Amino acid sequence: MDLAYLWFFIVGILFVGYFVLDGFDFGVGMSLPFLGKDEVSRRQVINTIGPVWDLNETWVIVAGACLFAAFPEWYATLFSGFYLALLVILLALIARGVSFEYRHQRDSLKWKRGFDRMIFWGSVLPALLWGVAVGNIVQGVPLDADHEFTGSLLTLLNPYGLWVGVTTLLLFWLHGVYFIGLKTDGQVHDDAQSLAKKLAVPTVVFAAGTVIWTVMIAAGREAPLLWAVIACGVIAALALLASVALNRADRDGKAFASGAVTIVFAVLTLWLALFPFVMPSSPDLANSLTIENASSTDLTLQIMSWAALIFLPLVLLYQGWTYWVFRKRVTRSRMEEAEAAPAH
Amino acid sequence: MDFLDPLLLARWQFGLTTLYHYLFVPLTLGMALTVAIFQTVWHRTGNVKWLHLTQLFGKIFLINFAMGVVTGIVQEFQFGMNWSSYSRFVGDIFGAPLAFEGLLAFFFEATFIGLWIFGWDRLPRRLHLASIWAVAFGSTLSAYFILAANAFMQNPVGYTINAEAGRVELTDFWAVLTNPVVLAAFPHTLFAAFMFAGAVVIAVSAWHLSRGQHIETMRSSLKYGLWFTIITFGLTALSGDQLSLVMVDTQPMKMAAAEALWHTACGADASFSLFSIGTPDGTAEVWSLRVPYLLSFLSTHSFDGCVEGLHDLQVLYEQQFGAGFDYMPIIWVTYWSFRWMIGLGAASTLIAVAGLWVTRKSAKRPVAPWMWKIAIWAAPLPLLGSLVGWVFTEMGRQPWIVFSLMLTEDGVSPSVPGWTVLISLIAFTLIYAALAVVEFGLILKAAQKGPAPLPEPGSPEADAPSPTSTTVY
Repeated sequence: MDLAYLWFFIVGILFVGYFVLDGFDFGVGMSLPFLGKDEVSRRQVINTIGPVWDLNETWVIVAGACLFAAFPEWYATLFSGFYLALLVILLALIARGVSFEYRHQRDSLKWKRGFDRMIFWGSVLPALLWGVAVGNIVQGVPLDADHEFTGSLLTLLNPYGLWVGVTTLLLFWLHGVYFIGLKTDGQVHDDAQSLAKKLAVPTVVFAAGTVIWTVMIAAGREAPLLWAVIACGVIAALALLASVALNRADRDGKAFASGAVTIVFAVLTLWLALFPFVMPSSPDLANSLTIENASSTDLTLQIMSWAALIFLPLVLLYQGWTYWVFRKRVTRSRMEEAEAAPAH
Repeated sequence: MDFLDPLLLARWQFGLTTLYHYLFVPLTLGMALTVAIFQTVWHRTGNVKWLHLTQLFGKIFLINFAMGVVTGIVQEFQFGMNWSSYSRFVGDIFGAPLAFEGLLAFFFEATFIGLWIFGWDRLPRRLHLASIWAVAFGSTLSAYFILAANAFMQNPVGYTINAEAGRVELTDFWAVLTNPVVLAAFPHTLFAAFMFAGAVVIAVSAWHLSRGQHIETMRSSLKYGLWFTIITFGLTALSGDQLSLVMVDTQPMKMAAAEALWHTACGADASFSLFSIGTPDGTAEVWSLRVPYLLSFLSTHSFDGCVEGLHDLQVLYEQQFGAGFDYMPIIWVTYWSFRWMIGLGAASTLIAVAGLWVTRKSAKRPVAPWMWKIAIWAAPLPLLGSLVGWVFTEMGRQPWIVFSLMLTEDGVSPSVPGWTVLISLIAFTLIYAALAVVEFGLILKAAQKGPAPLPEPGSPEADAPSPTSTTVY
């Protein structure tokens, strides 16, 4: 098999990893104003992702670096073409990241509320804009013969792109709420369960729309993997429905796992709809970037394949172990103790 | 001057965001090692003051680390956003070390830092200690891969040019990883970073000692900081010497620009100017204080060696790469940044040596308050030295983005208009400025709060110190 095709899937897996992991981070951030009714419950909400948000976010850095190394043309076209959208994502991630580290550094409510707002918006904007970006990649954007993007920011804000954006926003939010349900007790846990119930209907509606719309786009391009696109879309839909049912049945862990499966297959649906393109050009398909014409040389891909083959399983192993170490629920009583303790 | 020139704005943005990112990198590298050493000493001796030092400097390390990560994402995205033609041209080679950095080093570092912060009471002690060493190892490995990528821009190796595809293609990855430039630049960068961590430890200790608080704990860290700075300065100087030999070999124009040497000179004529007054545009010299032979020795390790001058190299490059183009970097920038880099590092070390002398065991007199003040205010010197060092390295590479292969002006994104870059430049400037204030304030606060007080001798705590994890948001 041509290594470029392998790397299309490895980069896909890295983005799947990113969206599953940082996805629930974003969802937790978005839930902060809704579930964090007092300072103790806010701490409880934020502490669910305390030990892991940083390593979750590293997935996008690694995915970006691997995209650069394996598909330089794709990286160059995408990042220069989606400039302003990526700028907003960057600013949001900066604001969110420092907020987690800085909010507890001072014992002032005003100080904390400021960072809470940054956590909220720093989660909402990337959750929305990543969807808009991926949607536009799948749908295709105008490229010229040199593979340069010829549109503007407004080109990206089209109905399909926005629809996928709202879908990722809702999916990540729901996924995060499941995670909070899994990791907390008391009022926050109960509130999370009922928030998940409220989110279920709009999420299902938008997700169903995205799957159907995406299948239509893929069919219009006569995508060779259309059957797989449909299969992944169906699995994602079933997993989403299952997660809703499991949440109603008080099965926190299984609802979260089901939410994770939903995101895995939702991203795969979009990714496979793209195949064998990496950046289809909308008005003129001849200007498109494909797996073949956007990739690095075989030697580079060979060396990277060895690195990925050896180190990705290791990464999964030690990151999985981290989740195991921090598997305990973040209880209200522990947060109250911490609240009572002097600032440190 | 066109204020909406995308090239000019993209260059300013890259310079600004890179230097800003580098405010946090040295402390991350140096403090990870320092905290790991402190925790190891605590683990071995059981003396609780080392635990307190681990916690104090661990906190400073973490405040700083967060900024390093978030500003690092900007660096990676920026190659594609602002420099897409460069990314297309070098991606086959330049991307691989970045991907290696992510897969091998960055994942590792980020995972173990979470385990270290939150694992105080959840991991066995040895495993917890191992995780801070893992962080130190991961950040060092990260630095290596990033510098290997940078070294390709300074001295491209292991490639062939594919004219049809309009890019360089990898022929030898091992050559890229063992580029003579990275072999010399890696230790130089690393030791210079360590110096800054040493200077911060000195400053924090001096602040508390000058107020007569935490005497026993802070005397230990002061001693550590002084020795650490002095030793790492020695290593920085040695590796810097190696680096300048490589530089003469690979980028003669940069070395000539470092000395503003206009005409090729040998032996006694190849003198090093300690200070010089020139015309404002740097094209001619009015007066200078010179050490004969020093430049030839620094450049070639021989007193009779010859160093090529700017004009002669310009003639040579015009023959090689085409006439009618100025192949010289901005001379006054390279000349002064080279001197400030060395001067700031040396000044900080002299202060450390003096500190060792006045606090030596046989010295009975108390240290004067003004001496403590110097130790405190000297903290940023190695960091400033590192920053101007990077200004020298990157500005000295100009006008090339990849030396001898691609000009900077050819690397910029053709599809990004100037006003877009201006928006991002303003956005980064504003958010970075605000964060710098917050970050500096927080580090200052953590440093001034200082270590926990030592327990009374004979109390239960003194015998069995127990760290508690109280890190919650």
